Amino acid sequence: MPVLKGKELRIVGFLCNWCSYGGADTAGVGRFNQPTDLRIIRVPCSGRIDPLFIMKTLLNGADGVLVSGCHPRDCHYAEGNFYARRRLEVLHRFLPILGIEPGRFEYTWVSASEGQRWQQVVTRFTEQIHKLGPAPKIAGPAASETLRQMEAAL
Amino acid sequence: MKIGVFVCHCGSNIEGTVDTAAVAAAAREFPGVAFATDTMYTCSEPGQEEIVNAIKEHQLDGVVVASCTPRMHEQTFRRTVERAGLNRYLFEMANIREHVSWIGKDREANTNKATELVRMAASKLLHNRPLLSKQFDINKRVLIIGGGVAGIQAALDCAEGGLEVILVEKTTTIGGKMAKLDKTFPTVDCSCCILGPRMVDVAQHPNITLYAYSEIEEVSGYVGNFEVKVKKKATYVDWDKCTGCGICMTKCPSKKATDFFNEGIGKTTAINIPFPQAIPKKAKIDANFCMKLQKGKCGICAKVCPSGCIDFTQQDEFVTEKVGAIVAATGFDLFDWTVYGEYGGGRYPDVITSLQYERMLSASGPTGGHIKRPSDGKEPKNVVFIQCVGSRDKSVGRPYCTGFCCMYTAKQAILTKDHLPEAQTYVFYMDIRATGKNYDEFTRRAMEEYNAKYIRGRVSMIYPKGDSLLVRGADTLMGTQVEVDADLVVLAVGADSSAGAAGLAEKLRISYDSYGFYMEGHPKLKPVETNTAGVYLAGCCQGPKDIPSSVAQGSAAASKVLGLFSKDKLASDPQVSVVDIKRCIGCGKCIKTCPFGAIKEIDFRGMKKAEVIETVCQGCGICTSTCPQGAAQLQHFTDNQILSEVNALCQF
Amino acid sequence: MSVSLTYAYYPGCSSTGTSIEYDMSSRAICAALDITLTDVPNWSCCGSTPAHTVDHTLSSALSARNLCQVASMGLTAAVTPCPSCLSNLKTAQHRMKNDSFREKVSKLLDKPADITVETKSVLQILVEDYGIEKIKAKVTKPLTGLIVAAYYGCIMNRPAEIMNFDDREHPMAMDNIMTALGATVVPFPLKVECCGASFGIPRKDVVMRLSGKLLDTAKEMGAMALVTACPLCQMNLDMRQEQINSANGSKHHMPIFYFTQLMGLAFGLSEKELGIDKLCVNPRSVINALGMEGDSKEKSQ
Repeated sequence: MPVLKGKELRIVGFLCNWCSYGGADTAGVGRFNQPTDLRIIRVPCSGRIDPLFIMKTLLNGADGVLVSGCHPRDCHYAEGNFYARRRLEVLHRFLPILGIEPGRFEYTWVSASEGQRWQQVVTRFTEQIHKLGPAPKIAGPAASETLRQMEAAL
Repeated sequence: MKIGVFVCHCGSNIEGTVDTAAVAAAAREFPGVAFATDTMYTCSEPGQEEIVNAIKEHQLDGVVVASCTPRMHEQTFRRTVERAGLNRYLFEMANIREHVSWIGKDREANTNKATELVRMAASKLLHNRPLLSKQFDINKRVLIIGGGVAGIQAALDCAEGGLEVILVEKTTTIGGKMAKLDKTFPTVDCSCCILGPRMVDVAQHPNITLYAYSEIEEVSGYVGNFEVKVKKKATYVDWDKCTGCGICMTKCPSKKATDFFNEGIGKTTAINIPFPQAIPKKAKIDANFCMKLQKGKCGICAKVCPSGCIDFTQQDEFVTEKVGAIVAATGFDLFDWTVYGEYGGGRYPDVITSLQYERMLSASGPTGGHIKRPSDGKEPKNVVFIQCVGSRDKSVGRPYCTGFCCMYTAKQAILTKDHLPEAQTYVFYMDIRATGKNYDEFTRRAMEEYNAKYIRGRVSMIYPKGDSLLVRGADTLMGTQVEVDADLVVLAVGADSSAGAAGLAEKLRISYDSYGFYMEGHPKLKPVETNTAGVYLAGCCQGPKDIPSSVAQGSAAASKVLGLFSKDKLASDPQVSVVDIKRCIGCGKCIKTCPFGAIKEIDFRGMKKAEVIETVCQGCGICTSTCPQGAAQLQHFTDNQILSEVNALCQF
Repeated sequence: MSVSLTYAYYPGCSSTGTSIEYDMSSRAICAALDITLTDVPNWSCCGSTPAHTVDHTLSSALSARNLCQVASMGLTAAVTPCPSCLSNLKTAQHRMKNDSFREKVSKLLDKPADITVETKSVLQILVEDYGIEKIKAKVTKPLTGLIVAAYYGCIMNRPAEIMNFDDREHPMAMDNIMTALGATVVPFPLKVECCGASFGIPRKDVVMRLSGKLLDTAKEMGAMALVTACPLCQMNLDMRQEQINSANGSKHHMPIFYFTQLMGLAFGLSEKELGIDKLCVNPRSVINALGMEGDSKEKSQ
């Protein structure tokens, strides 16, 4: 599906159901205006997020990926966000090695009460992605073959 | 799969900034979509009927509703599709209200975004499978944390409903803040006379087990089957033997212990029973002040105790209780007002808190109900009340209104006049918030019948002048500065979340806001539930509130617990992890990472395999992202389901 | 740890006139404590109250110019005795944290505004950098028997987020120094109240009322003298004390010292180099009570 030409970039969010998805809801209920680029995928816990989801999203052409979970120590499942933090931090450091600008991926913590904070996070991240511009796409005649190989590698 | 898509207008809430008809039209082109329409209010009865009819008419086997957040109406629509004969998990929601129409006004961008969210939902739905719940047994006992008026109400209601109740109280007596009050507004009846009998009921009720001077150490398990470790703190008194006679108190030579019950007005003995109506009426030794425990000398209490219950070697003790539901009723604490340097920051003895004043007014308090200045014991002539200390004040990080201070200040102004007819009271206020039944009439009485002088403005500073205090503030109605000579200043200190609230929330796995107040499940529709099934809230732990509201919430929480326990078995959430035994290599990583111990190792034809205990699994999916083989898959959030959403969005 | 302290010294205009004794005594005690003060070359007025009430950018440019002068000396910290000067310096620094504001200032200066220099008051370096304990060690003639109230004025530590010094409602820096000198310090509840400041010119009645209250309260608390750290406060309380008396019908005769003067006395410096004779309310009886008779030649008029 094409992104809105000239206006938006493709930004995908993975949010835990209990805190950050609720925080995004709170932002909506509070009518806190946000850029429209972000598409949110709801997962039960940030610990459910496989770093490969993020890789796949970026490889498939997303310009930015935002992950948000409960604040450390406040996880609905006690320790899911600790696992998430470890995995996502490793991924973050790994991105430049893969030739992906690390600024295209970020993870943060937003609780269900922090509607305003969510607005700030989204606004700032969207600005950051717009500054980076559209992600370089894998193109050319061998593109589909390259992608298939990369996916197989994942 | 034949999918039906229903795009909700939500009146103008969505339609105002999203072209729902265009979204529906676009959806018809998505893979698997057989039917799409836009409806006015999908959640209304005709809206739900439309879904049921469409399922039958078009032989749909999956439904997407694009409307509000799934946190709002996912359950509603799951029931709807179930009514039409579909499995409730063959349903997906696209959140086009909170995440689209309410956060931007660009109709083109919103319509495009809503369309994409519907596409994501539809493509996930293609991978959905019917899921069935399992039934599991529940333990019909309830734990109530906090023995203030909200906790007492919840405990008694649950106990009356036939449940076994475990009531855990942090201090040595139940009663909470209400027990410290002299009178209550707006009826000015005696607080302890109302609460006292309820406290006795708690003590005498056969269904209630009370752990006083105890705290929650650990919570594990899940709705219906929690396991709670309670720490019974050492009191150095064997409570099974203690009769509460109080002889130890009369003989204890250490008379300078902090009197917590009386808010530090006056001192008490190292061994003490906080007040005559205490429940349980048992003595406790304050180890910081006990000469025997500090210096090894004394032990007089042990000598005089007629029942021989003093035990200087007592240690903290732990008990484990199994319960099916938990009610948090941990109340509030006063804001630390000493950050207000302009009010003396605690340097002036005659600047006290409202709760200290309350103890002073109480006939069973440290002054026997006489209003005396802490500095010299004289009766004050001019008493100044300052409202909103730690309330509605951004500069100290407390922008919220505590809500009940206006009322208790009016009450204290009235009581002051009752105690000291010659006294003059002044009240510095910002706005008067008296919104309850008979509340505004009450504050008016304070002004009109009891001649309290209400001055609208903040106090900028208090300083000693001679042996009185000069209170300087603004009168914003007159536009002038005012100075009042005060003999006693009472600060209406606002409510803070209870000390340790955050720590307990983490144990209970419930959310709290930036001030430490617990978050309710939904601000309108789930005022006593939390996001964790089986954990409920009552009283000020959820946010400052007055006694009637706390009691109402206590009862509401009790009725939720009774409702939960009205079934003998609960249906488990089938969104749990399942291990594909063919792919499992028995590495055991999932067993190590599962926070709930919900995965066990089994032997399958001589091979090690993992297996999920369905009723224990909480559905976090940590195992799924840990499993190197993709063998463990969280149902309804499988790798394929999540990746199908990604693919719907990002395709080259 | 005998690193000698060196600061760029920005005296401020009052130091050349109405508060020359503050300047003299500040220099004298710093010399006695081995604190090196190097005058900022070619310094200009901070703009005082009039500048910032007219134009924030111009007012900040005045301070920014002086800060550039400090930076050109190769020093990183500037010190001034006057809280009003300090307030202007710090406010300018605070505003210049905003890039667009700093650009405007730089344009006025024709060079980039400096943002590296640290600014402090003499009082602040004494308690924070030098230390009370070391001050105590320098005392040769303790001020035993002297009962003082310490008066800080309203801008020494406020607004707290800009001045970033001591408690905004209940500062103790001078109290602690006075105690270290051997004096008795009474609790003074009005230590950060306003004296009336520059209202002394347009609305003298305001100063009479506010400064009068300070004197009344100090006396009530049992103080023999007030100690100040601000030239304007000192002037209102000292020079105008007779006017206050006649306006309020009071009979105050309360010496108003700069804290640096009392430090000098306790270090055994001469009254002359501390400018004791510049005070309007004669402090002779108070000083004599300390057993410091002074030189007859040095007696104030």
